[in-house]
Order: sequence, then structure tokens, then C-alpha cells
Amino acid sequence: MTAYKCPVCDYKYDEEIGDLREGYPPGTKWEDVQDNWTCPDCGVREKVDFVQD
Amino acid sequence: MEKNPLTAASSEMNNSGISIDTSQVAKPLPTVSWHDPKRYLWLLGLLVPTLPFMAYLLAKVSGLGFFWWWGPIFIFGIMPGLDTLVGRDGLNPPDEVIARLEADRYYRWCTYLFLPIQYASLIWACWMWAHGGLSVVDKAGLALTIGSVSGIAINTAHELGHKKETVERWLSRVALAQTGYGHFFIEHNRGHHVRVATPEDPASSRLGESFWAFWPRTVSGSFKSAWRLEKTRLNRSNKSPWTLKNDVLNAWAMSVVLAACLLIAFGIGIAPWLAIQAVFGFSLLEVVNYLEHYGLLRQKSEDGRYERCQPRHSWNSNNVSSNVLLYHLQRHSDHHANPTRRYQALRSFDEAPELPSGYATMIVLAYITPLWRKVMDKRVLAHYGGDVTLANIHPRKASKILRRYGNKSMPSNENPGSVAA
Repeated sequence: MTAYKCPVCDYKYDEEIGDLREGYPPGTKWEDVQDNWTCPDCGVREKVDFVQD
Repeated sequence: MEKNPLTAASSEMNNSGISIDTSQVAKPLPTVSWHDPKRYLWLLGLLVPTLPFMAYLLAKVSGLGFFWWWGPIFIFGIMPGLDTLVGRDGLNPPDEVIARLEADRYYRWCTYLFLPIQYASLIWACWMWAHGGLSVVDKAGLALTIGSVSGIAINTAHELGHKKETVERWLSRVALAQTGYGHFFIEHNRGHHVRVATPEDPASSRLGESFWAFWPRTVSGSFKSAWRLEKTRLNRSNKSPWTLKNDVLNAWAMSVVLAACLLIAFGIGIAPWLAIQAVFGFSLLEVVNYLEHYGLLRQKSEDGRYERCQPRHSWNSNNVSSNVLLYHLQRHSDHHANPTRRYQALRSFDEAPELPSGYATMIVLAYITPLWRKVMDKRVLAHYGGDVTLANIHPRKASKILRRYGNKSMPSNENPGSVAA
């Protein structure tokens, strides 16, 4: 499992944990996260900007 | 306040992907010797929710009913005066102390304590409306004074709503309940911050757009945007938006419960005053929104995405008194680059466009459209090196503006950070 980090606010999307509030249950792969999804904490970076942790 | 040459120059925006020339930066003071000169000034922010009590004392002592209007007098009369008298503040904390400053819980308490005073003043005002024996004019004055508190409470909610801690996000909703603007913390964080300084953003005002034209566009646009954002989020879990898990609905539920409790306790007679303070309050927020990005536009890159939000996409202001009362909201460029950064750690950037005065003064100008346009349109034009086509132009005024400024077009300024006086 892999994690991806927002370069601005250090929010982390961990595939194992997912983000249920955002509609991504545990185990949701990064490629299944919508392309236009923005960081839920800072809102100023999109999926494409995230870096692998 | 004097600019401290040791720390005033701004450095790069950390983590933001924004690179800024740091060649002008002097060596900051050693970390241990740096003390925040505004540390105790932040407590002054707590004077705002006491405005209604001040109004009462002033009216009682002087015998003048005029003082029930103390809230608007303070915001539109005294604050602009203080901005001019107290002056400016370009002081930045050195990079090494930012983490320590952010972790210092004292600063959080300065914002948390706003809320109990805010609600004490609201409940007291309800009592005054119902049983205080005030004339209609005095009641109206008190409503606008309470509206001044609830409007500035949206700024407190703004600071709290950007934070990652759940408790702060809840407190943000509590602060918004008084104005019924609970949807703000959704739209602002995940709508406005994403689309800021683009024609798609309801909360970014456009060149040629008066505050009075902006008001209905931002009020309705922000509401629709908040609903859409929550609907999209809940859709991903196959949930209907009609649930209390919808943050728009649960935030509004707080407003409904609050209004119901107050009406039961003090009677239906207070209903118009509650409505007036709410509209006045959220309109104060919207006029501040109007100031922050007037005419500024992020350009589209070749892949069709807007360029990232840069310091040049927000109007900043460094007037000490407005800044202290609004928790550094005016250091708006750093806020947009690092939205979760706490107020005490926000920095001023020399390359960001600067409003000619503090927020309080600019709000008054914003209400008077010809004056606002006389002061601001030329600054937007100068910001874009004379090329008005680079600005975010109000479509209804586009042909007029292009006719007026279009022929003065100069080569685009690659670094349009400076603003002509």
C-alpha cells in the first residue's frame, strides 16, 4: 500500500486507510481517487500535485 | 510601526511551490532572541465582541441614543482613523520560529475566547430588544452593532475553519451560526481557495464590478457552491445530500436551533432584529471578500489549468490596527499559499499588491462605487503593466473597460508585483 502527501499542508492519503469522509473507504487505490479531487485540508492542491510519501 | 530591517523582508513561501527572490532578505535575528511584538495585541481582537456592551455604557453615560450605533461607528469611523494614525507593519517572523509560533496554544485561545463573548452579547442584545425599553431607532442601532460582531465573527470562524483540528472546525460552525452562514466554511475552504482570482469564483470580485453587483453574485454563488461541494462529496459514498452528515445542513441546523431558542426565550418581537444583524453581518464578510481579489486574475497555462495562486493574486494590507482586529487576514497572499497556517505566523510579501489603506478604510470606499473605482481601477491596471486584458474583467462592463483602457495596452509585465501609488 502506498501513501501520497499534499505538498502544501502535509495531508496524507494512505491507500490502506483511505478517507471515508471524502468517500474513499479503506483500500481505495490512488488511481481510483477522482482526478479533480482537491486536498481536503488546504484545498489548494489537486490529486495531480500530490507526491508519493 | 517601523519595519524591522532584520526580519521585514520576506523569504520564500515554504511548501507552497512558490519561489520568491530571497536575495533581499537580511539575516534574521537568532531564534532565541525573537519575540512576537504583536503577541499581546492579539487580545485586542476580543474587544470586538464587547462592542455591544461598550454601546450600552456609552449610551448610558452620555445619555445619547446615538451610541447604540457604536458597532458601525467603530468599524466605519474609528477603525479607518486608527489605520491612518497607528500606521503600518511589515514585520515578519523569521522562518525558524514559525513552527514554534504555530504550536503556541496561547494564540488559539485568543480566537476561542471570541465565541463566549460573541454569544453573551447576542443573548444580552435579545434581552434589550425584548425588555430594554429602547426606541425603534436605538433597537436598529443595537442590531447593526450586533451585526458588526457577527460579521467579524465570520473572520474568527474563517481562522478556525481552516485548521485541521476537528474541535476548531466545530467552533468555526458555532461562530457562523449567528449569521446563518454555516456554508461559508465549506465554500471558502474548498471552493474559493480552489478557484480564487478566476471568473468562476463567486467570491472574487471583478474589475468594473461594484460591491452592489458583487453582493448578490457572491451570496447566491457561495451558497450554490457549498451545496454542490457537499453533494459531490456525499455522492462518492452513494449518500443523498439530505443528511446531517452534509456539513451545510448540520451548520444551518445550528442556526435554526439558535434562532428557535432565542425566539422562545425572548419572543417573536426580536425576529426582525435577528434577521437584520445576520444580513448586516454576512454583508460585512462579503465586502471584505470584495476587497481581497478585486480585478486580479490567474492566467491559464497551456494545459488549460489556471496557474497556481501566487502572491500577486491577492490584495494585501499591512495596517496594524485592522490587521490585529482581523487576525492577519490582510496577509492574504500567504494565507492563500498556506491556508492551514495559523494567523500569528502569516507573513507579508513585498511583491504582493497592496491596498492603499487598511481594510476598514477600503470597506467604506467599496460602498461608494465611483470612489472605489477611482482609487482601485488604476491600481489594477498598473498591476498588469497597463495591459487590462490580463485582469479579471466584469463581463457586463467589459466593452466599456476595454474601450477605455484597451488601447493603452503595453507589453505584459512578467512580474506585476508593484503597484503605482
